[in-house]
Amino acid sequence: MKIKITTKELTSDFAKEVKERSGIDVKKCYQCGKCTAGCPVAYEMDYMPNQIIRLVQIGARKEALSSRTIWLCASCITCSTRCPKEVKIAELMDVLREMALEEGVANPMEKDITTFHEAFLNSVKKHGRISECGMIMEYKRKRPKAALKSALQDLSDGSQLMLKGKLSLAPHNIKGKDSIKRIFEKLQ
Amino acid sequence: MGYYPGCAITKCSTSEEYGTSVLGVSEVIGPELEEINDWNCCGASSGHATNHKLSTALSVRNISLADKDGYDEVLAPCPMCSQRLIISQNDVQEDKKLREEVEDAIEMPISNNVKVSNYLEIVKNYSMDEIAEKQKKKPEGLKVASYYGCLLVRPPKVLKFDDPENPKTMDEIVTAIGAEAVDWEFKTSCCGGGFTLSRTDVVVKLTNDILEGAVEAGANAIAVACPMCHANLDMKQSNIEKEYGRRFNIPIVYISELIGLALGLKPKDLGMDKHFIDTGSVINAFSNIEK
Repeated sequence: MKIKITTKELTSDFAKEVKERSGIDVKKCYQCGKCTAGCPVAYEMDYMPNQIIRLVQIGARKEALSSRTIWLCASCITCSTRCPKEVKIAELMDVLREMALEEGVANPMEKDITTFHEAFLNSVKKHGRISECGMIMEYKRKRPKAALKSALQDLSDGSQLMLKGKLSLAPHNIKGKDSIKRIFEKLQ
Repeated sequence: MGYYPGCAITKCSTSEEYGTSVLGVSEVIGPELEEINDWNCCGASSGHATNHKLSTALSVRNISLADKDGYDEVLAPCPMCSQRLIISQNDVQEDKKLREEVEDAIEMPISNNVKVSNYLEIVKNYSMDEIAEKQKKKPEGLKVASYYGCLLVRPPKVLKFDDPENPKTMDEIVTAIGAEAVDWEFKTSCCGGGFTLSRTDVVVKLTNDILEGAVEAGANAIAVACPMCHANLDMKQSNIEKEYGRRFNIPIVYISELIGLALGLKPKDLGMDKHFIDTGSVINAFSNIEK
């Protein structure tokens, strides 16, 4: 990990801010690397999980929030489960993702992942439940390049699902969808 | 008992056979399940990955609805749902401010009296004797790798279910119906979960590792209790063949389907014709118990 740290970053309150938002104390981490050793997606990450903690510890806010790693975390919670210091690393990734979105610095390289989350939640907001077809269509429409790349496989998977009656075109609306909309309006 | 199907296992959804088989089995051996009125999506990965408060409110609304319907125990067969419901329940109990905000958003009081359980817990706590009593068919030569995935056992301090590194509940059920539970290393390895569409490459790699682990341990079927694990392991075998040139062709069955077969339910009534990888070899392994 090669990054340039300024004195300003070293004296920042980033770790404190993360703790206030989530209760997670990154200062407890002594960099043993067990989280990284057990991470199934580490091979794809730009910073290893323990390095993300280190970035938060030293106040390297920009590097942490704009990393690809926070989006590639699959939330399998193996890291938090094995951490000898009980640092909730998977949960830390949640907070960092939230902050990255709020500040508009989410890494563009992982736009497929953020767009998927967006499409998923839009479907819940609209219907109260996931409308698989609608959600997939929105995701594909917003990521045409990715859609094109997987078009053949998607066509084959999609038609098999349809044939087996496992993909419904109609959304699953709930009666209380207005109350779901209110939840989104208040908290999103 | 309250029943929270969640989006993935309802009729006409990608994992409807899980719901069909859970309900079919419960009709024979209990417990009696009643769907919670007007339940909503828990927000799944996309909820907690991007907005903690929203994810908590979406999950907790269902608990309040269950309480309103008068249930003190709820079965959420999808581990994504059960995990989200339990974590959210725990979070609002620990954080008073969050609790107030969530109550304001869902416009309902939050109940502390609803226990959410996953499917393995329910079978283990309520139905093991019933299975032994009502078993009609027994498998021969069926070697099953029990795959728990992530969400059933982690985070252990909150879920308090089985051993997070080497869980045994599903193996116990597999053994109870007369199949062989193989010992293997990938019981709780991640399949890539919700990256199915956005990072298919990650899912293909991780599922390849898991399938390889099961086959090397001598399994001829993999049992799951999670719609996401099922979709990834079952549907991605064709991608693996294209990417890595390996053809596993190993059936991925829900534990509820195995129980259903043991109870003599028809494979079609369990939704076993809905899988991508043919489940015929598993079905054919079961023959009538001579009495």
